[in-house]
Amino acid sequence: MLTLDNLDKVYRTGTFGTSDLHAVRQVSLDVQRGEVVSLIGESGSGKSTIGKMVLHLLDSSGGTMTFDGRDVTKLGFRARREYYRKVQGVFQDPFSSFNPIYKVDRTFETLRRSYFPRVTGSEWRSRLDDALAAVTLEPDDILGKFPHQLSGGQLQRLLIARALLLDIELLVADEIISMLDASTRIDVLNLLGELKGRGLGILFVTHDLSLGNYVSDRVVILYKGRVVERGETSAVFDDPLHPYTRDLLASVPHLDRTWDEVEAEEAERTQRLAGRCLYHEAITAQGRSLGEEADAADGVPDGVGLVEYAPGHFVGCFRKAAEEKCPAAT
Amino acid sequence: MALAVNDLKVWYRTRRGDVKALDGVTFEVADGEIMGIAGESGCGKTTLGKALIRLDTRMKHVGGTVVLDDDELPLADDAAMRRHRYREVSLIPQYAMSAMNPTRKIGRMIRDLLSAHNVRYTEVLPELERRLKLVGLETDVLGRYPIELSGGMKQRVVLVLSTLLNPSLLIGDEVTSALDVSSQKAVARALVEFRDHGFVKSMIVITHDISVLFQVADTILVMYAGHLAEKAPAKTIISDPLHPYTKMLIGALPKVGDRYEEQQLEGIEGRPPSLLEPPAGCRFRDRCPLAHDKCAEAPPFREVSEGHHVACWAVS
Ligand SMILES: Nc1ncnc2c1ncn2[C@@H]1O[C@H](COP(=O)(O)OP(=O)(O)OP(=O)(O)O)[C@@H](O)[C@H]1O
Ligand SMILES: Nc1ncnc2c1ncn2[C@@H]1O[C@H](COP(=O)(O)OP(=O)(O)OP(=O)(O)O)[C@@H](O)[C@H]1O
Ligand code: SF4
Ligand SMILES: [Mg+2]
Ligand SMILES: [Mg+2]
Repeated sequence: MLTLDNLDKVYRTGTFGTSDLHAVRQVSLDVQRGEVVSLIGESGSGKSTIGKMVLHLLDSSGGTMTFDGRDVTKLGFRARREYYRKVQGVFQDPFSSFNPIYKVDRTFETLRRSYFPRVTGSEWRSRLDDALAAVTLEPDDILGKFPHQLSGGQLQRLLIARALLLDIELLVADEIISMLDASTRIDVLNLLGELKGRGLGILFVTHDLSLGNYVSDRVVILYKGRVVERGETSAVFDDPLHPYTRDLLASVPHLDRTWDEVEAEEAERTQRLAGRCLYHEAITAQGRSLGEEADAADGVPDGVGLVEYAPGHFVGCFRKAAEEKCPAAT
Repeated sequence: MALAVNDLKVWYRTRRGDVKALDGVTFEVADGEIMGIAGESGCGKTTLGKALIRLDTRMKHVGGTVVLDDDELPLADDAAMRRHRYREVSLIPQYAMSAMNPTRKIGRMIRDLLSAHNVRYTEVLPELERRLKLVGLETDVLGRYPIELSGGMKQRVVLVLSTLLNPSLLIGDEVTSALDVSSQKAVARALVEFRDHGFVKSMIVITHDISVLFQVADTILVMYAGHLAEKAPAKTIISDPLHPYTKMLIGALPKVGDRYEEQQLEGIEGRPPSLLEPPAGCRFRDRCPLAHDKCAEAPPFREVSEGHHVACWAVS
C-alpha cells in the first residue's frame, strides 16, 4: 500500500543553513494493508522524521513515496486533503494534541466541519459512537469532558478514534504508548492489533522493542538514518544479524532474563560474526543476484543497500555509521 | 537497617481539600538494598521520594516517622533537614535531566551545588573525575553544556553528582525513563555499580518500568493510590506476585516474544480512585476481581512469608 523508495531527508541547520544534517538516508520500506510494521531505533535515528514525511508534515529531500502505486512524494493542497482521508498520524504526547481549554468534543466537531459538512447530526453521532466503540471508549465517559479529566490512555484512544472516523487505510503511530502506564499500554496495543485485523496498515514508531514485538508483523531497524536490518519480526528477533540490532536486543530489559544472561547468549553470536559483514559477503559471493534489494543497489552507495540474507530477512553493511569502515574491510 | 519508614502520611493541601497522596506507608530498606518502587502514574511514588528529602510548601507531614541509620529525620522541619539532605539522603528528581540550567556548564553546575553544601570543588575533583570515568564519561563533560550531552549522558552526570558525598540513601525518580534501551541499560547498570562500590549504601529506584526494576532491584515495592500493595524480592514480584493488582500489572506487560496473535494480554479496567476523597477500605476495590465485603476495611500490609509483604484480605 505505502512504499518508500530511497527516501532521504537533509535538515539544513546552522545559522545560515551552513551545516546539513542527513537525518534519513535512502530509506526503503513498505506497509501493506492489515499489517503492523514497526520502525525501531534509538533516539535521533530518524524515526519521527520518516513518520512526518509520510504524513507530509515535512518535505523529503530525495527518493519517492507511493500510495497504492500513485506517486505521493509531493502533494498539492487539494491532493493532500484527499491523502489525509486515508493516512493519519497519532503522536507521543496525547495531551499536546488537545487544546486544554476546550472539551474534547471539539476535536470531532472540527473534523466534521472540514471533512463531512453534509453528514446529518444523527448520522454523525452514530459514526462517532462506532468509532468510540472501536477504541473501547464509552461515549458517556468521554464526551463533554475536558482533556485533563481523562487519562493519557483515554486521550490516546480518542485520537485513534478521530483517525478512524476518516475511515483511514494507514495509521502512523509515533511512540503513542511510551507516555502511558503499563496497565493502559496494553489496551492501546491490543487496539492496534484489532485494527490491523480489520485491514488497517500501521507504521508503528517505537524505541521499546518488547512493545514493538507484541503487535508487529515486520520490523525495520533504523540506525543513524539508515535501515540496517529489516524482516519478519520473529526472524529479526530470533536471529539479529547487524551489530546494531544485536546491541539493541541485548539492551532490552526482559522480564524473565537478566542482562547478563542475554549477553551470554549474545556473546556466541557476536563471536560467530566477528570481523564479518554479511552484506559484503553476499555481494562478493553472488554478484548482485541475491535479491531485489541487491539489484536495486546498483548506484546506491554500499552504506545503505541491503541484501536478502534469508527469505524476507534483509541486512545492510555491518558498518554502524555510513561514514565508518566496514568491519570486514581490512 | 538503613531506612525504616513507619506509617508515613504526607498530603497535599489544595483548595478543594487534602490530596492523600501518601497515606500511611510502612516499609524498610536494608543496608545495601536496592528497592524499586513501581505503580501507576499518580500513585504517590514521587511524593514518597520528595517526602524523604524536602516537603514543598503544599505538602504537609500528617503523621508517621522516617528513621535513617538510627536517626529520626525531622521531615517537617525544613531547616533541620538541611543537615541530612544531600549528605545522607540524596534525590535525583523526576525530570532532573530537563531541569538542568542550559546556560551553565556541567562543571560549574556541580561547583554551585557543592558550595551550597559547603564542600570545596577542588577537594572532590579527583574523585569526581574518577567516578565520571567509571560511568563511561570523559572528564571533558565538565566543560560542556547540558545541551551537548545525550539524555543517557546527562543522567549519568546527575547520578555522579548526586552521590559525590557517599550518601546513605539515594532516591532515583524515573532516572531511566525517556531514554532509549541502550542508554537505559547504561544508566541502570551505573546505579548497581555505585551500590556495589559503596558510593551509596542503599537505593530507592522509582520507575513505572517494571522490567528495568527486575534488572536492577533486589526488592520491588508496588504502590497503589497512596497505599502499599506488595513488597517482595524482585524475582518473586515478577514470577509469584500475590496481590491482585500486582498480578494484573505484571500480566499486562508483554515479554519479548509474546505476540498479539498468539496470546492477548489484558490491561486493568477502570482507574484508581481520586485521592481527594479516597473511599475507605482497600483502594483497589473498584477494579479488583476478588473484592468482597471485608474489603470495605483497609487490609493491613503484613508479612506473609519471609520478606514478602502484602496488603490484601484475599491473600492468606
Ligand atoms: N526540525 C529539525 N531541524 C534540524 N534537525 C532536526 C529536526 N528534527 C529532527 N532533527 C534531527 O534529525 C535527527 C533525527 O530526528 P528524529 O526526531 O527523526 O529522531 P527519532 O528517531 O524520532 O528520535 P526519538 O526517539 O528521540 O523521537 C536527529 O539528529 C534530530 O536532532
Ligand atoms: N502539588 C500537588 N498538589 C496537589 N496534588 C498533587 C501535587 N503533586 C502531586 N499531587 C497528587 O498526588 C498524587 C501522587 O502524585 P505523585 O507525583 O507522587 O505520583 P507518581 O506516582 O510519582 O506519578 P508519576 O508516575 O506520574 O510520576 C497524584 O494524585 C497527584 O495528582
Ligand atoms: S483487599 Fe479486597 S479489594 Fe483489595 S486487593 Fe484484596 S481482595 Fe481485592
Ligand atoms: Mg521521535
Ligand atoms: Mg512521579
